[in-house]
Amino acid sequence: MNSLILKVATRFMLPLLLLFSIFLLLRGHNQPGGGFSGGLVGASAFVLYSFAFGAPETRQALGVDPRGLIGAGLLVALGSGLLAFFVGQPFMTGVWGQLDVPGLGELHLGTPLVFDAGVYLVVIGVTLSIILPLVEE
Amino acid sequence: MNLDDITLLEGAVMLGLVMTGLAMFLAFFRLVRGPSLPDRVVALDLIGIIAVGVIAAYDILTEQPVLLDAATVVALVAFLGTVAFARYVERRQQDE
Repeated sequence: MNSLILKVATRFMLPLLLLFSIFLLLRGHNQPGGGFSGGLVGASAFVLYSFAFGAPETRQALGVDPRGLIGAGLLVALGSGLLAFFVGQPFMTGVWGQLDVPGLGELHLGTPLVFDAGVYLVVIGVTLSIILPLVEE
Repeated sequence: MNLDDITLLEGAVMLGLVMTGLAMFLAFFRLVRGPSLPDRVVALDLIGIIAVGVIAAYDILTEQPVLLDAATVVALVAFLGTVAFARYVERRQQDE
């Protein structure tokens, strides 16, 4: 399949979908969203890219093996749980900190966000390692 | 609910919901009946677009702006599904 319309539209849609997936990931703690839905939207961006340009180009654009993303995401999620040990709390306890951003005010950061980022990476990795072989077929 | 209690906006949104529901029924009819595969694909795409409209109207009725994000995701993903079906149809014609 070689469609110029699809290729041009994909160039506009890919950054938009990735931005929306990051937006869903960051908002997930207080409102609907989070690592899973954000990861699915992010993966659909790469799936769209593979429809327009083919699977090899998508692997090149991704830069890493999708299976590597699964491992990295699981490690990030495990690391967020281990951070609780440093403050003498049980495994997976949420640790919160404050960061003063000049001009914006205080930013509340915690380990749930890190865990969500791990889920995000795992979902992208799993989805792409299922769909990319199907596109190559 | 008494008819006098409904504001103009609520009435318009409810009318819109009834009409989009009717449109979705018609699109669903084409999805089930559609003689050829492309007919069904276009009907599925139409159902996705109508779903975006239904979510937006329901959003106005319940005053929950969060639902608009669901509408955004449906709008983006329905397009993706149609593209995937187009690929499949094209490949099937090449095989024949």
